[in-house]
Amino acid sequence: MFHIFCPYCQEHREEEEFHARGQAHLMRPADPDNTSDEEWGDYLFFRNNPRGIHHEMWVHSVGCRKFFNITRNTVTYDILETYPMGEQPTITADSEKLRKEQGVQTADGGWQTVGAQPESKALNEETSS
Amino acid sequence: MSNVREFNTVPEGNPQVESPLAWSYRQHPVPGAGSQRAGVTLREKALLGHLVLRGGAIVLDEAVRQVLDMNLPAKPNALVFDDSGERSIQWLSPDEWLLIVPGGEECTLEHALREALGDAHFSIVNASGGQTVLSLSGENAREVLMKSISYDVHPSAFPVGKGVTTVFAKASVVLRRPSEAEWELVVRRSFADYCYRWLLDASSEYGVDLQQ
Repeated sequence: MFHIFCPYCQEHREEEEFHARGQAHLMRPADPDNTSDEEWGDYLFFRNNPRGIHHEMWVHSVGCRKFFNITRNTVTYDILETYPMGEQPTITADSEKLRKEQGVQTADGGWQTVGAQPESKALNEETSS
Repeated sequence: MSNVREFNTVPEGNPQVESPLAWSYRQHPVPGAGSQRAGVTLREKALLGHLVLRGGAIVLDEAVRQVLDMNLPAKPNALVFDDSGERSIQWLSPDEWLLIVPGGEECTLEHALREALGDAHFSIVNASGGQTVLSLSGENAREVLMKSISYDVHPSAFPVGKGVTTVFAKASVVLRRPSEAEWELVVRRSFADYCYRWLLDASSEYGVDLQQ
């Protein structure tokens, strides 16, 4: 099960409260009357299916019923960040490539994902020490 | 003032009304009622006035202060009560709040809010007939919730004054905590029977005290 951070509810919720709604950041052609069939077809039917970083739109259907975006790694299923509609991702395929090349490590005690730390992290540390 | 038509959903002449659970009470009496100790007390807060407010937080806050003398909770998942404890406002989403008042007040309140909001961009929906409130208390109330929902109901994660919309059994509910001892479930009318029977079943091992 995913444990997803809703950027509107500002907390982590179970995956069963959410629905995936496909690729994020699709732009409707600005001038539909003067758009070629190919461009229109691309907009309507063709979606990316990348191996690695992918930006998806999800909806918190049982909670606040708002749409938001998730940056997810399709290989490891890691959710790298969640951000509200209208914002741009801070993690992209390019930035991840750069990070790998520079050899930067982000893993921190098992919580690798940005914006995905449970609120009770401090609590866990207290009890374990 | 907008030209929205309003009407009082409670008819004149004091007709007989029944709670959404009236049928369930007759069909599904509490198993082993009155025999042993009751770890869970189940009570329906029937026929309250439910209003769903949508719009910008700032204009709604102003109107709610003016009409009800209450603050609109701006923080996510927050729940506030007025001094009497009878009226509550809960954050449902960044532009949506649930306002619950004693039954019969909702029509005049809706009118007063519409007057106060004037030409602002907002919506008020009277959902009184569509949902009902189940109250759960007793020493084992939290165990019953732990069996029924995946959301963390530990006091450290769910303090008094919090309310969330989540999955309860296979229905969606608004779960809220008005006080230390009590939990409230705002359920859809059409799911009320299902939730009631689920609660009876889940709390039967602790003993149920049903207060009608």
